[in-house]
Amino acid sequence: MKSNKELFAELDTFIEEKHNDPSELIAILHKAQGLFGYLPMNVQQFIADKLKINVSRVYGVVTFYSFFTMVPKGDNVINICLGTACFVRGANDLLARVEEILKIKNGETTPDGKFTLTTLRCVGACGLAPVMQINDKTYGNLKVDDIDGILSQY
Amino acid sequence: MKKINSREELLALYEQYQSLLDLRKEEKDVSEKYHISVCGGTGCTSSNSLEIVEELKKYAEIYHVADKVEISITGCFGFCERGPIVKIFPDHTFYVKVTPQDAEKIIKQHIVEGKVVEELLYKNEKGEKISKQDNINFYKKQHRIALRNCGLINPEVLEETIAVKGYQALAKVLYEMTSDDVIKEVSDSGLRGRGGAGFLTGQKWRFAKAAVSDKKYIICNADEGDPGAFMDRSILEGDPHSVLESMAIAGYAIGADEGEIYIRAEYPLAVHRLEIAIREATEAGLLGDHILGTNFSFHINIKYGAGAFVCGEETALIHSIEGKRGEPTLKPPFPATKGLFGKPTNVNNVETWANIPVIILDGGKKFAELGTENSKGTKVFALAGKINNVGLVEVPMGTTLREIIYDIGGGIKNGKKFKAVQTGGPSGGCLSEKDLDTPIDYDNLVEKGSMMGSGGMIVLDEDDCMVNIAKFYLEFTVEESCGKCTPCRVGNKRMLEILTKITDGNGTEQDLADLQELAHVIKDCSLCALGQSAPNPVLSTMQGFMDEYIAHVRDKKCPAGTCKNLVNYEIIEKNCLGCGLCARNCPVNAIFKTDRPAKNPRLMAYEIDGSKCVKCGTCLHKCPAKAIIK
Amino acid sequence: MLVNIKINGKDYQADSSLTILKVARRYHIHIPTLCYMFHEETNLEHKPASCRVCVVEVKGKRNLVPACATTVYEGMEVTTNSIKCIEYRKNIVELLLSNHPNDCVYCAKNNRCELQSLAAELGIRNVHYHGELSQKNEYKNIRGLMKNPAKCILCNRCTAVCREVQSIEAIVPTMRGFKTVISSPSKCITCGQCIQVCPTGALIQEDNTFQVEKLLADPTKFVVVNTAPAVRVSLGDEFNYPAGADVTKKMVASLRELGFDKVFDTNFGADLTIMEEATEFIERYKSGKNLPLITSCCPGWVKFIESFYPELLHLPSSCKSPTEMFGAIVKSYYAEKNHLDPKDIVVVSLMPCLAKKREAARTELSNDGYQNVDIVLTVKEYADLLKRRGIDLRELPDADFDHPLGESSGAGDIFGNTGGVIEAVARTASKWLSGEVKDVNFTQVRGLSGVREALVRVSDDISLSLCVCSGLKGARDVLEKIKRGEAHYDAIEIMACPGGCVNGGGQPIRQDMEQINVIRARQKGIYDIDKNKLVRISCDNEEIKELYHDYLIAPGSEKAHELLHTVFHDSSKA
Repeated sequence: MKSNKELFAELDTFIEEKHNDPSELIAILHKAQGLFGYLPMNVQQFIADKLKINVSRVYGVVTFYSFFTMVPKGDNVINICLGTACFVRGANDLLARVEEILKIKNGETTPDGKFTLTTLRCVGACGLAPVMQINDKTYGNLKVDDIDGILSQY
Repeated sequence: MKKINSREELLALYEQYQSLLDLRKEEKDVSEKYHISVCGGTGCTSSNSLEIVEELKKYAEIYHVADKVEISITGCFGFCERGPIVKIFPDHTFYVKVTPQDAEKIIKQHIVEGKVVEELLYKNEKGEKISKQDNINFYKKQHRIALRNCGLINPEVLEETIAVKGYQALAKVLYEMTSDDVIKEVSDSGLRGRGGAGFLTGQKWRFAKAAVSDKKYIICNADEGDPGAFMDRSILEGDPHSVLESMAIAGYAIGADEGEIYIRAEYPLAVHRLEIAIREATEAGLLGDHILGTNFSFHINIKYGAGAFVCGEETALIHSIEGKRGEPTLKPPFPATKGLFGKPTNVNNVETWANIPVIILDGGKKFAELGTENSKGTKVFALAGKINNVGLVEVPMGTTLREIIYDIGGGIKNGKKFKAVQTGGPSGGCLSEKDLDTPIDYDNLVEKGSMMGSGGMIVLDEDDCMVNIAKFYLEFTVEESCGKCTPCRVGNKRMLEILTKITDGNGTEQDLADLQELAHVIKDCSLCALGQSAPNPVLSTMQGFMDEYIAHVRDKKCPAGTCKNLVNYEIIEKNCLGCGLCARNCPVNAIFKTDRPAKNPRLMAYEIDGSKCVKCGTCLHKCPAKAIIK
Repeated sequence: MLVNIKINGKDYQADSSLTILKVARRYHIHIPTLCYMFHEETNLEHKPASCRVCVVEVKGKRNLVPACATTVYEGMEVTTNSIKCIEYRKNIVELLLSNHPNDCVYCAKNNRCELQSLAAELGIRNVHYHGELSQKNEYKNIRGLMKNPAKCILCNRCTAVCREVQSIEAIVPTMRGFKTVISSPSKCITCGQCIQVCPTGALIQEDNTFQVEKLLADPTKFVVVNTAPAVRVSLGDEFNYPAGADVTKKMVASLRELGFDKVFDTNFGADLTIMEEATEFIERYKSGKNLPLITSCCPGWVKFIESFYPELLHLPSSCKSPTEMFGAIVKSYYAEKNHLDPKDIVVVSLMPCLAKKREAARTELSNDGYQNVDIVLTVKEYADLLKRRGIDLRELPDADFDHPLGESSGAGDIFGNTGGVIEAVARTASKWLSGEVKDVNFTQVRGLSGVREALVRVSDDISLSLCVCSGLKGARDVLEKIKRGEAHYDAIEIMACPGGCVNGGGQPIRQDMEQINVIRARQKGIYDIDKNKLVRISCDNEEIKELYHDYLIAPGSEKAHELLHTVFHDSSKA
């Protein structure tokens, strides 16, 4: 595990490589989220200072794009595909079941920090609909009854 | 790869690398050597296709056939429903739903013993096994131009791209054609943008060329955001060089020396392959400075999206590349005059790019032979939903929906009844039974209240409530609206609220009138295409399925039975066995035993207390006698 | 290029660079707008085409187009008043109202709200769309700036002004879709320009009038007021005076009517500022150190340099602003002279400025434990207070300021205009350097553009290189040049608001004319006051002379430093 100082140093180097250019903001935010796992205000402030822009501009961009998050994610990130193909094949029921089991809503993290539940629009694995991803693993052709078993593996 | 300094060198390499594809070209039933292609698209890799490759390699060693079999990863075959796909050359045997555990069988039986592994073959709707890809109905009516190399070459090996004429179109352009020639060829093809609106590509290039500036840009729009469309991703994963080559061609045509690929961050595999492709092409002198020894230079950068559907709109996309919020601005000015960093910019989407090399090499007129009067060439559709053969299909423009759904798609899943097909994603609409024989092209779809969009095609059956489908798309639009203009920001939210009211069973006929009025305001007054097309799912379902809307508001019934508040579960007493399975499985104890005899007279029948029922449907699924109806 | 177009069936000729809206306005064809803003004083045309209120029909186009952002072309046929346009506009305004608290009756912007007028204009009598409010209907007070996102219609005029005019980007749109909301300000300098352009009650200013009323009613308090130079030419706006009318005497009468114990003039403080600042300038000029001297009477500008250019904090003059100097003098010199206990004195400042509220709270702007200024009222607040008390400026007799501390030279008066402070410095510096001033009108520094440069001759052998900035975007450019070593001025005047205090963030907004004409009228009003004064140079002000003679000894003395000078802080990390 890298220390906070090392993470900031790495981010600093990355921003320098991008010539402190504000038009690289999104790439920089991707990098920062990759390093820190999320984009807390102090990281946004750091980026703003490096790019010599007001932090509110950074915040405006962070909150516009759904990929960016300002809250840390759990150890395991569950993504339920709500693309149309998955929707018509019952993705909502999967979502409801996961919410029921983990007792959290879409977008939340369990109090123990083990799971974060989010949804996304189309993984592109429509042939396997409905689809759920946990971290890098994709589960396809799911039925509501499969959920308990899958979650218990984590 | 060494730097290629001229067109001649490229052509020489083309000849030289033909051997790489020897096994994959001509179909032969008996062969000394084999080539195994394993699908490496996202769908198949999600089902462990990369592990299959490892296992195949392992067993090739174990069975001592490593020297007589080449094993490679390739791009998407399109038949995602049956993935992972493994194809054996030169006999063109097509294995479906392959697991890593099947690897040994494939090596032992097919490669060592020369026998087809019967249980891995595709079975059609009649249960017949079909061994060759070309004999499968899913592929029979397809005509692959944009997907020509997907499933054939290994996208991570530049030599294979060169062996399928990769970069020859660029070479032709640089050595033989003026920029006007290039634009004329593209114009002659009649190619229209495959991303949504269907603007003529040649014309777009002409405008960008006409703009005077010291700097111009080419952008590849790879921000495929339609839920249920994944053709762009498959092309980038399966044939990344075709996109790079085309961007350079357009750069030459309009006078740009820099290109940006704006791609969804959710597409890691495509990004990975693009990175490899850009690196290899640059090393080989096919991108970068002095391409193929000429004075033309073209550099390509990858820019990441960050999860905003609206960034598919070109002005929003440009703002996003500039590091800003992806909010669209009014057109004109069009990007062709004022685009990225204020410079003239030409934006095309991935599938559009993938057609360009073919148009240059074979001629625009040849390309224009395919398709309908105003929509030329082919279109890739992502066929999904309640259909047997889910996957990517590429068909000539003018193919009917019926052909795609029934001939290629194999009809509706589980023998259910077709209800509608949704095209164009959140911007499109739902077409009904009566539209099935419409030849698909840009204009016909618009006339029917839908649109081509990027090519999502979702088939719906009798179990799908059309009001609920409209609501689904509206939810999407509300979530993805950038919030800039009033009609889209507030109007769509209000439409969604009305739709929710209707599906909750609280709708009135006034709501239907409000919905119509609001839909037209949003359509006619929104700033960008996202808002202007957002009401399409509502308007088209109201047009084709008004009876369902009326049933919801007037009779408080959901004909498809999906809107929970409008569904009542009921036990048909004369069919009830009295087994009690329903009551034991009811999560809220809403089912109780009556004092009336069941079908089995020794037991008592059950009844549902509607006031407690949460309409989860568990009882319906558990009942062994199908005594529960909704 | 001239093109022929038709609007509502009639033929017109117009330049093809113009928008439908501009052409229509030229020919007095009414098209309602909401998000559109032409900030002519800074040449900012804000046309995001986002509210869609100005949609019109163009023949051949499937969709309606926004008149504000669509340019005309040959043969264009526009219809601005079809039933379709009108119905659609109504629908759009109804949508806005469906996401609005609609508590107009007690909203601070009641009768001054563009959304309200638009609804009235379109004849909206009911809103047939209903649903969730995207934001909570409550005000948050951010150092005098009151923000209520529920009343925001996302026209983004505020963010455009903050970004384009002030180069700060303190506020930006955040989130997206229905949840889009203008951010809380970051590194805000409280100039209040965002409030000035807000069409609704989403951005308003804090109201301190009730506090003042209470103090006025408290017999143990000695409440004095001082009125800034730019107030006397704008207060009339709220009482049917023509723009720029000088209502000094009515204003004084109204303050007395309200019960202030003494009514003084901030312009006296301005003259005092010049005494100190000119002294400081001549010192720096002679030593060649810490040049250019930059004026420091604008609190928005001071906050700006503290937040964004802390490395240049040696450049602003150490002088307090006129009203703060005034406050310091009231609670020392005046208190002593009149045997008052400073703890009982309340200094109220009537200002054209929102940032003054924040300035008054700065802890370093105090002496002996007393803040120099206790409460700041803006012109808008004050006009509301008068109306609440039923006091009509027009009905009052003329009255004069109390003395001392009520006398000012013309140099003090012109502080309200951009360029005024530097001109005032030039007058006194000129007098001190050459003994006499041939012409007190240094007109080279006057004007309205964002950055003006002038070479001003103050004596036979000295010409000063001066620069005047109003609006912080221009100021930022100048500071960057200084940092790069590309600019060599002797002195710079910087005002945060474009045009200076006459266009301050606390000034009333006239509904009946373009803001640029209002600014011009107020500028003229101020220069007229100056022109009509017998004393035009600060150092000639007799009350000032008396103050130095009796109390401060000399400009730049120890006593003067203690009372009249201040320090600045790096707040770039705040």
